[in-house]
Amino acid sequence: MATTFGETPFIRKKRRDEAIVRVVLGLMALAMVVPLLLIVGYLVERAWPLLSLDFIFTNPTHGMREGGVWSALLETLYLVTVSLLIAAPVGVLAAVYLNEYAKKGWLTRIINLAVVNLAGVPSIVHALFGLGAFVLFAGMGRSILAASLTLAIMTLPVIIASTKEALASVPLSFREACWNVGATRWQTIRGIVLPNSISGILTGVILQVSRTAGETAPIMFTGAVFFKRIEEGNPFAYSLSDQCMALSMHLFTITTQVTDAPKALPYATAVVLLGSVLLVNACAILVRLRLRARKKW
Amino acid sequence: MDQQAMNLPPAPVAGTRPLSVSTGSPRGPRRSRAAVLGESVLEWVIRLCGISAIFFVFGIFFFVLREGVGFLFGGLNLGEFFFSTEWYPTSLSHVRYGVLALIVGTFSVTGLAMLIAVPFGLGAAIFVSEFCNDRLREGLKIVIELLAAIPSVVWGFIGISVMNPLIQEVFHVPVGLNVLNGALLLALMSVPIMVSIGEDALKAVPDSFREASLAMGATRWQTVRRVLLPAAKNGLLAAILLGVGRAVGETMAVLMATGHAVNIPKSPFDPVRTLTATIAAELGEASVGSPHYQVLFIIGILLFTITFAVNLVADLVVKGTAKG
Repeated sequence: MATTFGETPFIRKKRRDEAIVRVVLGLMALAMVVPLLLIVGYLVERAWPLLSLDFIFTNPTHGMREGGVWSALLETLYLVTVSLLIAAPVGVLAAVYLNEYAKKGWLTRIINLAVVNLAGVPSIVHALFGLGAFVLFAGMGRSILAASLTLAIMTLPVIIASTKEALASVPLSFREACWNVGATRWQTIRGIVLPNSISGILTGVILQVSRTAGETAPIMFTGAVFFKRIEEGNPFAYSLSDQCMALSMHLFTITTQVTDAPKALPYATAVVLLGSVLLVNACAILVRLRLRARKKW
Repeated sequence: MDQQAMNLPPAPVAGTRPLSVSTGSPRGPRRSRAAVLGESVLEWVIRLCGISAIFFVFGIFFFVLREGVGFLFGGLNLGEFFFSTEWYPTSLSHVRYGVLALIVGTFSVTGLAMLIAVPFGLGAAIFVSEFCNDRLREGLKIVIELLAAIPSVVWGFIGISVMNPLIQEVFHVPVGLNVLNGALLLALMSVPIMVSIGEDALKAVPDSFREASLAMGATRWQTVRRVLLPAAKNGLLAAILLGVGRAVGETMAVLMATGHAVNIPKSPFDPVRTLTATIAAELGEASVGSPHYQVLFIIGILLFTITFAVNLVADLVVKGTAKG
C-alpha cells in the first residue's frame, strides 16, 4: 500500500505501534467481556443441581437451608412495583420539565447537578436517609412502603437521565410545527413529544426496574428482614405496611449468616437474582434496538 | 441539526391524535376554562417534579444529619473521630469512635481498584470509540451495560465464592477476603461507568479533528495520543472521578469481600473494613438514638460529603470542557 513512499523505518515503526496498540486496547476491552462470561458460566454450573422451576416457586424452609426462593422473589416484585409507581411519574415529569420547560440558567444547572449527585450518593447513605425520613420521621416503620420510597428516590436519576435523552432526540421541527398550528406547550408535549419518545422512556423505566431489583443496602434498614413466613402460592400475602424479604437480601443472608446450607443453594439464589436482573436489562436493550430500527427521522 | 434547517413540514407521526385547536378566532383557541386551568395546574406539577431532585438531595443531607447532629455537637470528639484508629463503639469500658482506619480502608480499596480500573476503563473506552467497527461496538456496549447491571450483592457473593479461593490459591495466602479481593470487584464494577462516560467524551471531539490528523499521515494511535486525548482530557477525567465516586460509595460488595477487620492495611492481602461496610454491618445492632447509632449517621454525612465533592468536581471539570 504505502510502497509509493518506500518503507522507511519511521513508517514501519508507526505501523508496528499501530498494530500493537490495536491488540493491547482490544485485549483491554476483552478483559471486560471475559469476566462476565466466566462469572455467569461458573455460577450457573455450580447452581445446576438445584435449578428448576420448583426452586423458584417454593418457599425457603428449614431456616433457609432448604426450599426455594419464592417468598423472596415475590417481595422483590412488590418493592419493584411500588417504587416504580412512585419513581416513574415523578422521573418522567422531571425530565419533561428539564427538556421542555427549563430555560438555560442557574436553576437548571443546579437541578442537573442535583440529579447527578442523587445518582452518586452511596446506597448505604440512601438507607440512612430512608431510615431517618420514612421509617422514623414519617412514622411508617420498617415496611414495604418505606423501602419502596427509598428505592424510588435512589433510582429516580436513572429514569430522569434516559427520559431526558429520549425527549431531546425528538427534533425541534416537530414541536415548531405543532406550536404553529396553535397548540399549547402541554398539548405539544402530549400529542407530539411523548408519543415519539415512548420507547426511550420505556427503556429508562425498565432500567429502573433492574436497578431496584438488585439493590440490597437501601432496604436493609427500611423494610427488609432476614426471614418472613408467607402462605405458599398466595401472591397477595403482603400489605404496604408489612416488612418483607427480598431476593437480594436473601442472597446476602444465606451467604453470610447461614453456614450449613447445601453448597448449591447460594449459587442457585445468585443465579435467580442475576438471571432476572439481566433478563430485564436484555428487554431494555431489545426495546432500544427496535426503536432504532423503526426511527423515521 | 439538518432537520432544523429543513423547510418542509414534518411528516405525520404515527400514534399522534389530531389536536383540538380551534381555528376560528385569531385571538387564540377557544378552550374551556377548566382545560386552561387543568393545564396550568399540570405545568405546576411538572415544575415541582423538575425541582424535586434538589429537594431530595437536601432532604438526604437534612435527615441523615438530623439523626446524628445531637452527638456531633454534644459528645463526639472530632479529633478522635478523624485521627484515631480505635473503633470500639460497643465496648463497655473503653468506647472509642475513631474512623481513621475505616477511612484508610475505604481509600486503600478504592485506590487499588482505580489502579486496575483506570487503564482498563480508558483503554476500553478508546478501543470502543476509535478502533472498532459498528457491529463490534454495539456488541461491546451491550456487554458493558450488562456488566453494569450486575447487583452489588451478587458481586459480593462472587467475592466470597469465586475470588476468595482463587486469591488463596494464586498468592498462597491463608485468607482471600482482603483489600485485593474488594479492589478487583470494585474495578469490575466501576469499569462500565468509566467506559461509557469516557466514550462519550471521545465522541464529543469533532470529527474534523480526526480528519485533520489522519490527513497529515498520522496513524489512528498517533491521532488518539496527540489529538483526541488532549481534546477529551476533561471528559476522561470526569469519567475517572465518577468511577471513584462509585467505588467509594459501594457497600454490599466490600462488606462481603474485604474481610471485615478494622485495620490499617500494610499489604493488599490484609483484611480491612470500609466506611460503608461499617454502617451496613452495625446499624442493625445499634439502638435508635444511642451514641453508636448517631456516629453511624455521622459517618453517613462524611460519605455524603466525599461523594458530593467528587461529583461536584466532575461536573465542574466537564463544564470546563464545554466552555473551552
